[in-house]
Amino acid sequence: MPGRGTSLNCLPLQVPPVQSLAAALLVAGIQRFRATPVSGEPRAPLCMMGACFDCLVEVDGVGSRQACLVAVRPGMVVRSQEGLRALPAGEPSAAHGG
Amino acid sequence: MAADSVDVAVIGAGPAGMAAAVAAARAGLSVDLLDEQACAGGQIYRGLEHCDPRRLAILGPDYAAGSELLAQFGESGARHVRGASVWQVSRDRSIDYLHEGRSVRLQARQVILCSGALERPFPIPGWTLPGVMTAGAAQILLKESGVVPQEDVVLAGCGPLLYLLGWQYLRAGVRIRAIVDTTGPADYWQAMQHIGGALAAWPVLAKGLRLLHALKSHKVPFHSGATALAIEGTQAAQALGFKAGGRQHRLASRLVLLHQGVVPNTQFTWSLRAAHDWDASQLCWRPRVDSWGELDQPGIFVAGDGRGIGGANAAPAQGRLAALAIAHRLGRIDSRERDTLAATQRRALRAALRIRSFLDTLYRPKLANRVPTGATIVCRCEEVTADAILGYVGLGCVGPNQTKAFGRCGMGPCQGRMCGLTVTELIAVGTGLAPQEVGYYRVRPPIKPITLAELAAGEAEGD
Repeated sequence: MPGRGTSLNCLPLQVPPVQSLAAALLVAGIQRFRATPVSGEPRAPLCMMGACFDCLVEVDGVGSRQACLVAVRPGMVVRSQEGLRALPAGEPSAAHGG
Repeated sequence: MAADSVDVAVIGAGPAGMAAAVAAARAGLSVDLLDEQACAGGQIYRGLEHCDPRRLAILGPDYAAGSELLAQFGESGARHVRGASVWQVSRDRSIDYLHEGRSVRLQARQVILCSGALERPFPIPGWTLPGVMTAGAAQILLKESGVVPQEDVVLAGCGPLLYLLGWQYLRAGVRIRAIVDTTGPADYWQAMQHIGGALAAWPVLAKGLRLLHALKSHKVPFHSGATALAIEGTQAAQALGFKAGGRQHRLASRLVLLHQGVVPNTQFTWSLRAAHDWDASQLCWRPRVDSWGELDQPGIFVAGDGRGIGGANAAPAQGRLAALAIAHRLGRIDSRERDTLAATQRRALRAALRIRSFLDTLYRPKLANRVPTGATIVCRCEEVTADAILGYVGLGCVGPNQTKAFGRCGMGPCQGRMCGLTVTELIAVGTGLAPQEVGYYRVRPPIKPITLAELAAGEAEGD
C-alpha cells in the first residue's frame, strides 16, 4: 500500500480536486469500478446521483460504498468491488463500540 | 432511541425542498432539511453554491437562476443537515437517517418529501456496460466537478435534458459525435395537438428551439427517429448501433450518454404504502395527493418532481403550498392568510405546468426503449433479462413482487429504482393487464443501505 496517497487496488492514484470519489476515479481513467456478484460482468457508474448502485467500491476496508456519494480525500484506500461485499472479520465487534 | 423533534422535516434540498423550508421557517416553524449531498440545490442546481464564473457561463442562465432560492434558503433559519441519507420515513412522522456514520432519529410534527426525480431506465442491449452513462450523470460531473469527456461522445434518446447537455457540451468544447434522437416526425404531429399550452408557455418553448438551433448550426450530426438502439462491446462500450433514415448505423464511441426523460422518485411514498396512480401520459407512478400535496397519510406531504414531473419552476410553488398548509394546521396562520398566499402559488404552478402536455407528448419515450425483449437486462443488480421476466409471467406471475420471488428481480441494492417501471410495463405487456392493475414493488426500509454498526452507533448514543 502506498504511503499517504490515494490508491486503487493498491496502485497509487492521482486524484484531481473534484468532489466525489466516483468523479475522481472516472477522471483518473478508471473504467471498471466493480464486477457484478451474479455473472462477474464489469460495471461503472451510470447515474452519479446515488440511485443505480453501480459505482459500488470498497473504501478503507468497508465494502459496498456508493462512490458517487463519498467525498474523495487524500489517503483513501479504494478497492474495486469484486462480486458480493465481503464482511470484514472485525465488523460484529464494532456494534459493541458505542 | 431518543429522538430530536422538530415542527417540519423536509427531505431533499432541491427547488421544492428549499422553497418549502423557506416558507415554513418564515411562518415561524422550526425546520430541519435533510439532504444526502454536501451542498443544497438538488440535482438541478447541483454544485451551484461553489460554481466558478466560467462553468456558470457554460451551464447557462436557467442553472444560475437557482442562486436566488439558494440564498433565501441560506438565510431562512432552517437547519440544513448535509450528507444525511434518510433510510426510513414512518407513518408516525418519525424519520431515521444516516449521518456521519451513525443512525439518527428525528420526530417531526409534519413531513414534506421532496426527493425529486430519477432518470427513466433506458433498457437497451448493452446498457450495463462501462462507458454507458445517463445524460444526467454527465451533467452532474460538469456541474459539480467541471469534468467533461476528453474524447468524442454520442448522446442518444430524447427529452430537454439531452439537448441541454449537448448545448452545454458545445460551450465547454466537447466534441459531440452525434445526437441520436428517438423523436420522429410523428411525435411532432402528435405534440401539435398540445401546442396551445406550449404557446402559452412561449418563453420555455422559445428557449428549447434556440437550443436545438444552436446544436444544428454547430453541425452536430442529428439522427431523427432512431430505432433499434443497441450498445456494442464486451468489457466496455465500443459503439452505438441504431436504425434511422431507412438504414443501419454504427457510431464508434467509448462514451454513450443515454436519456429518455425523468420520472418521480417514489421510494419513500411506496415505502409508506401511500396510494399511487399510473400516469399514462408521463408513463410513471404518481403518489395520490390533495391540492396541498398531502398524501393519504396524514401530515406527510410531497412536493416537486416526486409527485409527477413538473420541472424546476413548478417545484417551488408545490413546496410553498405544502408549507402553507402546515403553517395553518400548526396554528401559525389563519385560513384566510393561507388561501391568499396559496392563490399566488397556484397561479405560478398552473403557469409552470402549461407546457407539460406538449413536452410529455413530444418526448414520450418509445415502447421499444421502455419494454425490452430477449436477453436485454431489465434488473441491473440481479441481471434479470426481459425473457426471464416474461417466462415468470408465463408461469403465472402477475405482479412485480412475484418477480422477486421467481428470480430475485428488483432485490439488489438499487431496490428497483433502475428496473421498477420497466418491470411494471413488461408485465402489463405480457399479461394484457393495465399498469395500474400490475402495480409496483413493495418498497421496504432501509431505503438507503445502512450497516448494523451504523445502526448500533445510533442506538448506543440514544441510550
